[in-house]
Amino acid sequence: MSVTTPEVTTATSGLTAHQLREQRRAKISATIRYVILAAVGLLMLYPLIWLIGASFKTNSEIFANPGFIPSEPTLDGYIKGWQTSTPYTFARFFWNTFLIIFPKVLFTAISATMVAYGFARFEFPGKKILFATLIAILLLPNVVTRIPQYLLFRDIGWLDSFLPLWVPSAFAGDAFFVFMLIQFLRAVPRDMEEAARVDGANSFQTLIFIVVPLLKPAIISVCLFQFMWTMNDFLGPLIYISSVEKYPVSLALKLSIDTTEAFEWNRILAMSVLAITPALAVFFIAQKHFIEGISSGGVKG
Amino acid sequence: MAGLQLNNVDKTYPNGFKAVHGIDLEIEDGEFMVLVGPSGCAKSTTLRMIAGLETISGGEVRIGDTVVNDLAPGKRGIAMVFQNYALYPHMKVTKNLDFGLRLKRRPKDEIARATTEVSHTLEIEELLDRLPKELSGGQAQRVAVGRALIKSPEVFLFDEPLSNLDAKLRASMRVRITDLHKRLKEEGRPATVVYVTHDQVEAMTMGDRICVMKDGHIMQVADPVTLYERPANAFVGGFIGMPEMNLADATLSLDDGGRIRLGDQVIDIEPDLASRLTHKGGAITFGIRPQHFELVAPGAANALTGIVRIVEFLGHEVNLHIEIEGNAFISVIPSEQFDRSMRAGDTVALHPRARNTQIFDRDTGQNASLGG
Ligand SMILES: Nc1ncnc2c1ncn2[C@@H]1O[C@H](COP(=O)(O)OP(=O)(O)O)[C@@H](O)[C@H]1O
Ligand SMILES: [Mg+2]
Repeated sequence: MSVTTPEVTTATSGLTAHQLREQRRAKISATIRYVILAAVGLLMLYPLIWLIGASFKTNSEIFANPGFIPSEPTLDGYIKGWQTSTPYTFARFFWNTFLIIFPKVLFTAISATMVAYGFARFEFPGKKILFATLIAILLLPNVVTRIPQYLLFRDIGWLDSFLPLWVPSAFAGDAFFVFMLIQFLRAVPRDMEEAARVDGANSFQTLIFIVVPLLKPAIISVCLFQFMWTMNDFLGPLIYISSVEKYPVSLALKLSIDTTEAFEWNRILAMSVLAITPALAVFFIAQKHFIEGISSGGVKG
Repeated sequence: MAGLQLNNVDKTYPNGFKAVHGIDLEIEDGEFMVLVGPSGCAKSTTLRMIAGLETISGGEVRIGDTVVNDLAPGKRGIAMVFQNYALYPHMKVTKNLDFGLRLKRRPKDEIARATTEVSHTLEIEELLDRLPKELSGGQAQRVAVGRALIKSPEVFLFDEPLSNLDAKLRASMRVRITDLHKRLKEEGRPATVVYVTHDQVEAMTMGDRICVMKDGHIMQVADPVTLYERPANAFVGGFIGMPEMNLADATLSLDDGGRIRLGDQVIDIEPDLASRLTHKGGAITFGIRPQHFELVAPGAANALTGIVRIVEFLGHEVNLHIEIEGNAFISVIPSEQFDRSMRAGDTVALHPRARNTQIFDRDTGQNASLGG
């Protein structure tokens, strides 16, 4: 025992030194980890930060000064950009976007909910085939249907109008949303709806008074997705809208690149900043429901 | 003012599974009928067909004088209480209660009066402003009953309404529901009740009559006393009663005044049983309730001898688990008659009380000791 004691003591102090080293190493690795994460995060965010900073710069400074803090902040880009080189201001383009988004979001919510309710809660002839069709549409790349759709709308005479942009959605044309709502509804117990039927509600009243409130988080998610995707949609308007007075924001941004011989980059950037604000604002306002909707729609099935 | 009638009702689910096999059931106006049976015996299916939540594959359901097969649930004059309450989660308790009346566009003052009355009856006045998620199980249950009561339906349907409550609350809700039924009757607006449960205590204590079901068939419809004393078949005998009735394969011979052979042991048929017996002799199932299987002195006449396996001392009574000729039997004896020195492994003699012995035909399961 007496022989081994000093060895034990040295071993203990050695262990303490070892522990200290371990601690230091943990601290260093944590620091490195956070630095890397912060750097990558900043890298991802940099274009956005630069965009916002650059929108307050003069056109010449944008290329002279690589930093994102403008040396002489100016609203010039916003004021001139808003005016545009066309007879219309950006107010017009925002209004056009609204004219597309509003009916599209509204009717998507209504039609997708109704179709999902039908699929999730009723038995009808041909249900299997129709559901398979729905999934097929979901899997089909969008571009495949572009040409037949274009020909169809041309024959109806809807070219250069907003109709081709939102009418398909009003008939539950967005298979993804229908599918999402069906999955969500499948996880909701039927008891409440049965109680409502016993209380004397018909299918439609059950939908309005019971199913829609239960589906609220999912429907809000649908609206948000549709809002953001429509706001950002470039190809749709590019194909169907030809006159400048009907341009939505996404097309109008490109307009300033096309028409001026020397690009006024600060104007373009300023308008880009304005273009992303509605989506950001709506997202943050509805964030709570949105997250709820995704998680509850995704986990169960 | 409506009785209820099921005539040869069938149910086949879309997947081809036949859940209900042509059942006939007549429930009188104002009667409290309990549907009881093991899980999966189609109690809920039957109730849901009455409610109109499941289609009826064959036969007819009448409420009062109306065939309701094709009527929507809301038009059948019924109200239903679900097992997990099924309250509307986004509506306050008041709105939950009067949802049905609002759909019917009843005048506002009438709705208010009904809500007050019902919430008073069920003592949920202070809960009216809460959301369902802010209620305890017992409170949610009372709101669910209130939502049914407020419509003054002709027929109340309950699907295992108490099975999510703890034992104590279940007992008090049980009394509350029977009480309510009685009170409605006294007030001159009797309500017919169909109450589904798998719990025989609920069935025996609540039902005016009880309908015992198994695999989509009705095994017996009778009042609690008849069901206990004169089970129509071995299934009902075994299902009703605690602990379960002892059932053992035996052979009946009618020579020499009649004998029952159980393995190597033979007992005589006593006059009490003989007078009731309608069996022609042969393979039978011998049934005796643990409470009627008396401990007697070794060597007593007409007793079966067996070996004690387990002694369960419950205080007021003792459960003896006994093995007789390879069959497990239970005998319940009052604790004052219990010999404290009895141990597992002892040999005992037991006498099945003739008055309570049941003889079932082994092939059909039918009771052959109910008298002519
Ligand atoms: N939607 C359905 N499709 C197919 N079979 C079902 C369906 N619902 C219930 N069943 C079957 O019908 C039988 C009776 O079910 P149920 O009425 O719920 O029984 P209980 O309420 O007595 O426990 C069970 O075997 C069950 O598996
Ligand atoms: Mg059930």
